[in-house]
Amino acid sequence: MRVKITVQKFNPDVDQKAYPRDYFVEASRGMTLLSALLKIKAEIDGTLTFRASCRAAICGSCLMQVNGSQKLACKTPLKEELEHHGKIEVGPMANMPVIKDMVVKMDPFWEKIHAVNPFLMTKNGAEVPTEALKDIHEKLHNADGCIMCMACLSACTSYEVSRRFLGPAALAKAYRFQADPRDQAHVARLEALQGPDGIWDCVRCNFCVQVCPKDVRPMEQIVRLRRLSIEAGFSNSVEARHITEFTKVVGHEGRLNETLLPIYMTWGNIRKMIRIIPLGIKMFFHGKTPFPFKRVPGVDAVRAIFKHWEKAK
Amino acid sequence: MKYALFPGCAAKGATPELYTSTMKVVGRLGLDIVELEAFNCCGAGVITEADPDLAYTLNARTLATAEKMGINNVMTICGTCQGILGGANKNLQEDDALRERINRALKDTTGLEYHGTVEVKHLQWILVKDFGVEELGKFITHPLNVSIAPFYGCYILRPSRATGFDDWENPTSLEKLIRAVGAYPVEYDGRTKCCGFPVLLEKDQIALSMVAQNVGEAKEKGSDAMVTPCPLCHMSLDIYQERAEDRLQQTRPDQTLGVPILHLPQLLGLAMGFSPKELGMKRHLVSPAPLIEKIQ
Repeated sequence: MRVKITVQKFNPDVDQKAYPRDYFVEASRGMTLLSALLKIKAEIDGTLTFRASCRAAICGSCLMQVNGSQKLACKTPLKEELEHHGKIEVGPMANMPVIKDMVVKMDPFWEKIHAVNPFLMTKNGAEVPTEALKDIHEKLHNADGCIMCMACLSACTSYEVSRRFLGPAALAKAYRFQADPRDQAHVARLEALQGPDGIWDCVRCNFCVQVCPKDVRPMEQIVRLRRLSIEAGFSNSVEARHITEFTKVVGHEGRLNETLLPIYMTWGNIRKMIRIIPLGIKMFFHGKTPFPFKRVPGVDAVRAIFKHWEKAK
Repeated sequence: MKYALFPGCAAKGATPELYTSTMKVVGRLGLDIVELEAFNCCGAGVITEADPDLAYTLNARTLATAEKMGINNVMTICGTCQGILGGANKNLQEDDALRERINRALKDTTGLEYHGTVEVKHLQWILVKDFGVEELGKFITHPLNVSIAPFYGCYILRPSRATGFDDWENPTSLEKLIRAVGAYPVEYDGRTKCCGFPVLLEKDQIALSMVAQNVGEAKEKGSDAMVTPCPLCHMSLDIYQERAEDRLQQTRPDQTLGVPILHLPQLLGLAMGFSPKELGMKRHLVSPAPLIEKIQ
């Protein structure tokens, strides 16, 4: 089958901006996008530039944007793409500075990984225990499965608007060490992640969970870091209070009340409170501030469920 | 087919117009609906951050209640409820050990037990799949003839292993419904992105950038309005639009927004001849007046 592949070409030496170029390849059965690109490079256009190595979704090199999503070319069958989209459009991964064609600058990614101290830390420079631990795999929740392909960071909607955000891969890596019983810097690690570009910048959009080729589910690891933070006592920020006060409101009212939550969340933080008051007034006049403390049917059952888990933990 | 309506906190709280417009539309279409009047919050992905077992038990209660009523279809009208309740349902159905653990807590506290027989479906999916777009077309008396930007929101699409209705990369159900009401779907990148709602209060700069980017792009592509199946997206895009515009104008002084945001049933309701007042549109912060003027 003859397949058209449209590639965003860009050579900074000669091009003002990226432009699409169509290539036609004879696709064999089960052919992956990477095989097709290698064929194009060998037979049609030797200037076509992309990273690739293992061809088996192990090395994480060939991540690119395919029909608008971030994918490993070696793990992407042409047939599937054609069935989903009716076309194959390829370009460099999103949100990264482009060097040439599909090759992007990886520095922003590595800087974030380095920032979370991605190694076991001990107290007073003591040696790290090197024995393999039984059952550790379960504790890490596959956070150690990351192949550093950058799919999650380039798909991250928070990173798209806030480039300082540490992002899904680095935070999943932080969780990997946070969850390791051999690590002795647990509280210090969590403290470092409370800052303006840490765990609380995630909007839980699930893009990273969706695009990860190794099912690392970075967002779920970020959620675990948030839970651990609250348990470790980092619980008085507006961000942490979003979780604790939300849960409290539902535990008492049976449902969320959008009038109560902002008040409880910002309680004691005058600057934040002042910021939301004008909007609260506007919402009031548009009938968008539900009356709190109204007893709803079923609330006793909800309170019993909350009590049960409170007692159990 | 009988549906147990799970209204969700927003439709009974800060976006009551979603509830009103839903009831008008499903009433006109004749959908067989029983409301879960004693429903509880799905947790919105927040309670699970505090305690996953607690969030599962709350959702198991909802599912078991529908099951006990002999109804095996729960209808949601909120994208976030769909993602959270639907995702919890999927895990409870597939993971026997989890279901048993949660059922023990549920039985102890409420006497209920969930057997895993319920399906959770958003109104958007019900209309496209169970009811049918063609059938819906028969109820359209006032074709809208305007450009509408679909805004799916995160939880109705991702993670696809939990949602699984639309193709998460290239969803089509909202576009189908926009066409069914005689309007034109706008193509733009923002349609599957995030509205920023989960961090609106604590990280407003991130949320406002998202609102500015998505609404700005929809506006540039000539949208007369945006439509969303999620009331949390609605709150973010509607309530925060004015502040997002201020933010946008810091770098692009000429850029204005002012794009009306519609709940999905409001879009359908307008094309079925309900008045904006009947659909609760006076509750919007961004005035729907330019859109109303254009369709009349």
